[in-house]
Order: sequence, then C-alpha cells, then structure tokens
Amino acid sequence: MTPVTFLPQLNALAGGLFLLCTFGMVATRQVQGCMRFFIWQSIFLAASAFLLGLHPVVWDLIGVAAINLINKPILIPWLLRKTVPGEVYTRREIDQVLNIPTSLLVSLGLAIAAYLITSPWLRIPAGPSVGVNLPIGLAAILLGAYTLTVRREAVPQLLGLLSMENGAFFTSIAIAPTLHLFIELVVAFDVLIAVFVIGVLTRAMQEHIGTTNVGSLATLKEEPRP
Amino acid sequence: MLVRIVYNLVQVAVVMTFSPLLAGVINRLKEVVQSKRGPSIFQPYRDIWKLFNKDQVFSEYSSWIFRFTPYLAFVAPIFVTLLIPVLTNYPLFFAFMGDMLGGGFVLALAGFFATLAAVDTANPYGPMGASRTRLVGFLAEPVFMIVFFTVSFVAGSTIPYIVQEQWVKPFSNFFEPAHVLIILAFFILILAEGGRIPVDNPSGHFELAMIDESKGLEYSGPAAALMKWGGEMKLFVLICILLNVLVTPWGLAQTTAPSAVLLAIPAILFKIFLFVLVLVVVESSLAKLRLFRISEFLGAAFIISVAAMISWLFAF
Repeated sequence: MTPVTFLPQLNALAGGLFLLCTFGMVATRQVQGCMRFFIWQSIFLAASAFLLGLHPVVWDLIGVAAINLINKPILIPWLLRKTVPGEVYTRREIDQVLNIPTSLLVSLGLAIAAYLITSPWLRIPAGPSVGVNLPIGLAAILLGAYTLTVRREAVPQLLGLLSMENGAFFTSIAIAPTLHLFIELVVAFDVLIAVFVIGVLTRAMQEHIGTTNVGSLATLKEEPRP
Repeated sequence: MLVRIVYNLVQVAVVMTFSPLLAGVINRLKEVVQSKRGPSIFQPYRDIWKLFNKDQVFSEYSSWIFRFTPYLAFVAPIFVTLLIPVLTNYPLFFAFMGDMLGGGFVLALAGFFATLAAVDTANPYGPMGASRTRLVGFLAEPVFMIVFFTVSFVAGSTIPYIVQEQWVKPFSNFFEPAHVLIILAFFILILAEGGRIPVDNPSGHFELAMIDESKGLEYSGPAAALMKWGGEMKLFVLICILLNVLVTPWGLAQTTAPSAVLLAIPAILFKIFLFVLVLVVVESSLAKLRLFRISEFLGAAFIISVAAMISWLFAF
C-alpha cells in the first residue's frame, strides 16, 4: 500500500472536485463566488497535473502545474481586481437567463453528455488517467460555454471562457503529457492579455453606463428623429 | 442467534438513551461558539421527563391521525436502528429485514404522518409549516435515491452492513471521487432532513418561519415528549448511517464478545462527537436560507450526488 497506488485515486479526486467547481461556477449568484470557484478549479487543475507528473516522472507536467498555480489562482484575480472597479465584485446576479435549478439540471445533462461523447474514445488504450481527465475536461469545456451563454454579467462570462480553457488543459494533460510546457507558456501569456483587455473594457463599461450587465445591453437604441 | 437478538436490542437502547445527549451537546456547543454559556448537556433529558409528567390536551378538531402520529414518529427511527450498523461490524438479527432504501422509506412514512398531523388541527401555522416540510422533503428525495443507488453500485448490495464492509476495503477507495462527493451530498441531506441551518432554524420559536419544528407545534404532555425524542433519534440515526457506512466504518465490534460490543459504544459516541464539531462549525457560519433558495441548495446536493454516480459509472 505504497503512496504510489494512491495516485490514480487522488487524481480522480482532483478531477471530481474540479467538476464540482465547474458546477459551482454555473450555479452561484455572486460575482465573487464565481471568482472563488474559478480559483479552486485552477488549483485542482494544478493538483491533477502535479499528480500525473509524479509517478513516471514527467517534468513537463510538473512545470505545467507550477505555471498554472501561479497564473490562474494568483495572477488572474489580481489583474481583474486592478482593472475592473471594485463595486462590480459586490454584485449579485439576481437574474440569469434560466433560473438556477434549471441551470443545474442542464449542466448535469451536459456533464453526462460529455461522458457519453468520450466513451468511444476511452476504448483506445492510452495512459492510466485518460478515463478520468478526458470526460471531465470536455464537461468543463461544455459547462464553460454554458456559463458564457446563461450569465448576464461581464465578469462571470469571462470566467466561463477561462473555465473552457481550464477544461481544455485538463484534457490535454492526460493525453499529451510531453509536448506541453512550451504551449502552456504561450497560452498563459495569451490568457493574461485576454483578461487584461476584457478587464479594461469592463471598466470602461462601468464608467460610461454604470452597469456591467451585458446580457441586457443587446440592442442598439436609436436617437428619436427630430 | 440469541446473542445477535440481544445485541440488536442493545443497539436500540443505545440509540434511545444517547440521542437526547446528542441534541444537548449540539445546543451547548452552538451557544459556546457564540460566547454564551448555554444549557446543560443533559437538559433534553429533563425536558422529556417534564413533558411525560404533564397533562395532555387534544384539539377537538383533530382526528385519529393526530393521536397516532407521536407513536409512529417515535417508533420509526427505532425500526431504522434495527437495520443499520451502530455497534457491530457483522449483520445482526433484523439486518436483512430491510435495506437502506427501506429505512429511508420508513423515515419518510413518519415524516408524512407528521405533516398530516400538523394539518389536522385548526391552527393556521401548522399547514404552513407542513407544506414547507413537504417542499424540503420532496426536494431531498432524489438526493436520497441517488446516494443510495451510488453506494449500492459501489458495494454491490443495498444492505448497509455489506456496503460498510466493501466501501473502504482497499484504503485508497477512500479518496475515490464518488466516495467524497457522496459524503458531501449526504451531509447536505442531513442538514435538510434534520432541520438544521441553513435549511431551518432548530431553535426558533417563531411560527411564521418554522419548517420542521411545526410538526411538534400542537402537541402537549407525553405526545410532545414522543415527538421531541423521535426527532432527536432521527438525527442520531442519520448521523450513524453517515459515519458507520460512509465515512469511518472503523471502530465497530468485530467479534461477538460482549466486551467488544461495550467498547464500541464509546467509539460511536466519539465519532458522533467529531461529527458534531463539524456540524456546529457549519451551522454557526451559515445563515438560514430564504425559502425558495432551498430548492437551489438541494439542487446542488442532487448535482453532487449525480456527479458522484457518473464518475463511478463511467470510470470503468
């Protein structure tokens, strides 16, 4: 009963909690709550990368874990705090497009769909944890896209996008463990720039309009004819 | 054979004796966390004794349901105690009489009659609390079902003794995501069914806001004592199921020697005390949810339990 035998179960546990955090991002009302679930999701992604890189020691995966641990839980929230004004974080989103129990059921359907879609691919013999990471990563991608559509505030929509990226990484750390460090560095910088741009746009929106409720800013208003 | 019947009865005696103590310890710890002194931990015993010595008054608008319910509410947790592992590792005499699903249904039967009895009098607050209890109850039912089904999938059986043996057989199974998520979902279920914060305030006496306390609103004398004691036993039984089957299936008596069974009694009390610490921290740090947010809370529990099931089913 060496600790090595625990590693697949611990990785599966990190995957389960990762999936739970993704559900939490769909279902929480507060913007700050969404941010906290995103932070924990990134920490579990880093944990899974670390655990996968431990047993046949793959330094690329441990590097991926370290970069993710610095980038997503620490740098991105800091950057968002700097660019987006503080009062956006005190918001609760009372209305989403669907109400929360319906959203939860739809997200559950999406997670089951992710498991069903990936089940033919899992018959190909691959690494030991592909059976865990692949479906959960695909579920996080689908749920991130769902968060993007269902939420009306700007910052949770951004976090949905980042959750899609987290999901894509969660899948690829199991499938392609060695080609990774370079791509991770590139994507990490890209994500930081994307967050910065969207943060500055959100600040501009808050200053000009007073609200960041982009879901209701969907139609143009015409000036009345004189 | 006789030994197993005796141990089954010892189990029932343990549950009956120590469930008011559980309620007393929870109340005392909640007050201590708020820097108050709190009542003595033996206060629920004195309350039950006092109520047994008082007169009984029944409303003239009530029917046989009102008179029958306290006995059912007292006996239903005792039935479930016969089925679950409280002290021993091996199945006792009545263990195969019903499985966990049957135990859940027996508790639901008692809840159903308690709801009917709350509607039975002409008190306006009774039906209001009863309809809210049914709301919480039917939102908690799918979570119960999925939790029991997942646990039975893993262990290959629905009898709690067999589940308890199989669940942490290789210790690495403890970290399975199905296991951890099931524990989380069942904990939320205990909060809902036991009428704890964030679902309900167990120490509130404001009838407009009562959810689970409304079942005991109109009772007096021995009937009130039976309802109170039955509620405390239901919480004890649910915690025993959580601890002995799911979280810590250790510390139970392995042999039929009387000393082993007697040693299992402080073991289960210690495990319940640790759980009470977690429960008090959760209760003291959350606020009671608004009524229609309870469906979101229990919906989240449903999601957690289904995620546990699909992470087990599709992983193999």
